[in-house]
Amino acid sequence: MDKKIRVLVAKPGLDGHDRGAKVVARALRDAGFEVIYTGLRQTPEQIAEAALQEDVNVVAMSILSGAHPHLFPKVVNLVREKGMKDVLIIGGGVIPESDIPALKEAGIAEVFTPGTPTGDVVKFINEHVKA
Amino acid sequence: MDIAQELLNGNRLALSRAITAIENEYDDAAEIMKKIYPHTGKAYVLGITGPPGAGKSTLTDKIAHEYRSQGKTVGIIAVDPTSPFTGGAILGDRIRMNSLTLDEGVFIRSMGTRGSLGGLSHKTADAVKAMDAFGKDIIIVETVGVGQSEVDIVKAADTTMVVLIPGMGDDIQAIKAGILEIGDLFTINKADLDGADKLVREINMMLDLDTFMTDWRPPIEKVVANQGEGITELIGRVKQHREYIEGNGELTKRRTKRTRDELMDILNSRIGAYLKKKIVDTGRLDDLVEKLKARETDPYTVADALTSEMLK
Repeated sequence: MDKKIRVLVAKPGLDGHDRGAKVVARALRDAGFEVIYTGLRQTPEQIAEAALQEDVNVVAMSILSGAHPHLFPKVVNLVREKGMKDVLIIGGGVIPESDIPALKEAGIAEVFTPGTPTGDVVKFINEHVKA
Repeated sequence: MDIAQELLNGNRLALSRAITAIENEYDDAAEIMKKIYPHTGKAYVLGITGPPGAGKSTLTDKIAHEYRSQGKTVGIIAVDPTSPFTGGAILGDRIRMNSLTLDEGVFIRSMGTRGSLGGLSHKTADAVKAMDAFGKDIIIVETVGVGQSEVDIVKAADTTMVVLIPGMGDDIQAIKAGILEIGDLFTINKADLDGADKLVREINMMLDLDTFMTDWRPPIEKVVANQGEGITELIGRVKQHREYIEGNGELTKRRTKRTRDELMDILNSRIGAYLKKKIVDTGRLDDLVEKLKARETDPYTVADALTSEMLK
């Protein structure tokens, strides 16, 4: 058996900045994960369908535009509707502390804000992906 | 969930889970393969290979759209390299294929090479079978960006397309002996750049020198994939090649060889696993290595004794 953790790194919404997403993708690669990166300006529907086709263990989203209260929960719902109950869904980007409780309530397992060491993201994934 | 049955029923999540089981060599992978095997052999497999940056993913996207407009369903397996140091991978082929994601007639799966050096992963062939059994009409297998000798794609594909771009200069000479020998057709992408006609001439010169085993001379098509130029003509060439190898029995020959190779691969890996269980896991190998180090015996004598003991 050669189980590998697969992570979809996704950029929902309209902001065109993916430096952060690429840094995280690279760190996850270096941690031994298979990272599927789908590029900028994805709709929640596209992200959920890509997660299904790629059978990922983790969906990691990055938003810098402020659209996270709308888009993050939508992705969670779509992924769950497709029958992927165990997929860990995390978010990152420019997200005010005050928004985080509602996102967690909506099913985002963790939110990583600017300044987070990439190692923290790796550690969180390793600890929370169901074997 | 009964993955194999659900896959055959057209459940996309089941197809996805089946490919994971195959890739990770889960215990149920062989059972899934047994159930779906009778339903395979219907899809046509198009291999797309070429150097990094040639535009294979963009071309795959456009070709898939063209097949969709003909009413055919499409499966895509896109392979990217796995790091030999960390085992991790960035699988980025989907970036060029986003407009296909929500088309229910298309299923895209990214795979890392996971140590395989031939341009595919060891499990690509079985993943193709899963998509075949699922009912995809055309399965496109896109290799990693290749250099000279990553030619496993010919074993997996019915038609192999080699994608090249102008401006590689003398590199064309360097790859002559490798992937240029496996093309059933050549695609010159980015043909709006300087040097496209020169590249066509160079490939033609190479083909002039070939001693063909058949009377199929690989055609050369110029395209600009990101503009969608030349894609219809390109698909026409694939169709021509398909009709050619269907007509002269070559397709049957290729598939027969593939079936033989696959069976031999499975047998080899079973025998390897049996040997590991009998010799490595019991500690016998370590004892034998000690004897070899002391020059009390030699590896060939040991191998003779072990094989006659195991395989009687």
